[in-house]
Amino acid sequence: MAGNARPRGFARRRRTYYYFALPALAVVGAVIIFPWLFTVWMSAFDWKIGSVAHYVGLANYAGLVANQRFIEAIVHTFYFTALAVVVPLVLGLIAALVFHRQFPLRGVLRAVFTMPMMATPVAVALVWTMMFHPQQGVLNYLLSLVGLPPSLWVYSPTWVIPSLVLVEIWHWTPLVMLIVLGGLAALPTEPYESARLDGASEWQLFRYITLPLIAPFLVVAAVIRTIDSLKAFDTIYVISQGGPGTASETINLYLYLQAFAFYNVGNASAVVVVFFALILALALLLLYVRERAKWT
Amino acid sequence: MNDDRQQHTRISRRRLLQAGAGAVALNALPGGGIIAARAQGAFDWKRFNGEKLEVLLVKSPRGDLLTKYHREFEELTGIAVGSEMIPEQQQRQKAVIEFNSGNPSFDVIALSYHVQKAQFAKNKWLTDLRPYINDKAMAAPDLDFADFAKGGLQYAVEPDGRVMSLPFNLDPWVVYWNKELFAGKNVTYPRTFVEMIDAAAKLNDPGKGVCGFVGRGLKNANVPVWTSFLLGYGGTFMDAKGKLMTDSPEAIEAAKMYQTLLAKYGPQGVAGFNWNEAQSLFLQGKAAMWLDGIGFAQPLEDPTKSRIVGKVGYGVVPAGPKAQVSALFADGEGISTYSKKKGPAWYYIQWASNKTNQTRMLQAAAGAPVRNSAYAAAQQSSDFKAPKEWVECMLKSAAIAQPGLPIISPVTEFRDVYGVALTNMINGADPAAELKKATAEFQPVLDKSEKS
Repeated sequence: MAGNARPRGFARRRRTYYYFALPALAVVGAVIIFPWLFTVWMSAFDWKIGSVAHYVGLANYAGLVANQRFIEAIVHTFYFTALAVVVPLVLGLIAALVFHRQFPLRGVLRAVFTMPMMATPVAVALVWTMMFHPQQGVLNYLLSLVGLPPSLWVYSPTWVIPSLVLVEIWHWTPLVMLIVLGGLAALPTEPYESARLDGASEWQLFRYITLPLIAPFLVVAAVIRTIDSLKAFDTIYVISQGGPGTASETINLYLYLQAFAFYNVGNASAVVVVFFALILALALLLLYVRERAKWT
Repeated sequence: MNDDRQQHTRISRRRLLQAGAGAVALNALPGGGIIAARAQGAFDWKRFNGEKLEVLLVKSPRGDLLTKYHREFEELTGIAVGSEMIPEQQQRQKAVIEFNSGNPSFDVIALSYHVQKAQFAKNKWLTDLRPYINDKAMAAPDLDFADFAKGGLQYAVEPDGRVMSLPFNLDPWVVYWNKELFAGKNVTYPRTFVEMIDAAAKLNDPGKGVCGFVGRGLKNANVPVWTSFLLGYGGTFMDAKGKLMTDSPEAIEAAKMYQTLLAKYGPQGVAGFNWNEAQSLFLQGKAAMWLDGIGFAQPLEDPTKSRIVGKVGYGVVPAGPKAQVSALFADGEGISTYSKKKGPAWYYIQWASNKTNQTRMLQAAAGAPVRNSAYAAAQQSSDFKAPKEWVECMLKSAAIAQPGLPIISPVTEFRDVYGVALTNMINGADPAAELKKATAEFQPVLDKSEKS
């Protein structure tokens, strides 16, 4: 009997514990689960604000599959994301390795290097818009100084995404540098001393000691950059508005047009659901990579 | 109106008592004669004294101007004004969402006719103003409806005669031209589309960094440039049955003209140009002609911003093969159909569009007034700095103006679909094929909108 009494009491207490979780459950339900379910529900309707909603089942999704512009928006999104993650990651790593070493004015230069990160994205975008101007922008002037022909930058359908990525690189490479610098500061010195005694070169020290040890930090930086790049809107909207034509229209810009310019709420909801599925797949991939980085 | 009348009666009684009108008024009360006379009699700015009103404006020089003088309205009427002024895009979104809720936070709303007129009309979101205009007790003596320009009234008045708003600002499209560049190449201002293309060809001088023509190439923003030409070619947006006419021979010719002017004689990268990029190029003296709305005289004549002060010509859009038309855009103010303060709201929009405010708007270079009288009044002021040529261009353009976009509910989608087609043309696509594709894409959107 005594043996049975404890589990019963434990079970009673466990039931009591559930009540403590209720407020958190209510908040999560109200601000995450309900909006999400409502979005899925709305995606099954043909509804333009101001008109009557009609149930259309999966027709909105079928429309997206056949929508060339939406497919192109997905391609633009991943093209932009890939460039806006990889380049700042490489440059941020190099900058961190440089700033990890001791040299005169290191502190001042490091502070200057991190300044872009503090600027408001819309303000940054406006400044870059002026710099990109093909006739009056400073970038073409700089190119002319080194004897290069002028570029059309964001005014060219071919170069618009790389040019937008240039803004991202300038803005967010310092963030990657700060994360990697944190990792470098935490590295033990013993493996380096041993390796040097064994005659390892600087490259071997980096390739076989530094890089594996800071890999988890690089993965964190990659995750943050991927999230930021996927949700990039303000910079693109201000600088190119998705143009020329639709050459830089990402899923976010397409979604904004559908929801807030055309008021096609049903179609926009379907876009959100598809975008969420894509992000979920990417997040699972990144989590897998992160686990791999921990194992090695 | 009945509710309003009752409200007016109550307010009048309270006002009479509050004012301590004395034995005369008090003796008159039992019969109610004075109150009835007031309801039907002379106009009184203080009729709604003590009321409070909410106004939704757009952040613009015109919104700033009205906000600056709200105190004057409050002192004139005794009506307290609560106003919100937000950027254009956000204002449009807020309007749709709040109207759709059935309980908007505003009584008066500023609207861009070319985007919001059809949408508001379809959803019956605005109040018909005719009962107020025809009521001598409600219409200010200086309302003077005949003073409003025809182009503005075309937008404000529905085909069945309902007046859903009062027009406030006109924006006809004109050609800004650089007199110095024209003189340098011995070219005169073009009178026809053919002469316009010819002038652009002669003035285009890439070696000196000068382009013959500049205009909007950015999708959505670029559509009025094409429609300016379309109207001159005698084209229409759709026929009486709602079938799009945007791939007609006239539309294709207009698109070819757009392509020629921008791709051949325009600056590098024009496919991404909105009005601000075009303006900055013209300000620097690097463009011979610039087609856009009339509201840019102030920066062009400002020596701190412009290198071409005193050298700018203001030209009416040249004549096309079939007509000479200036594409017109306009703003106005209407009263929410859900408002419980329709009387005070009507007082506000009368005040906002009155002759004094319209003259102020011109003097402050905040826009182009819809009242014809404002131009003569403003020119008499010593503060007025706009060139005489600009005023003449404005009046001539307003006289030949037609709506620059179709008055349809999905006008933003129209601009998006055709905007992409036009940008593609700048990048070398065939105008006929692009217009055919855009028409096929937009027709179902239009049909669906008309049916719903």
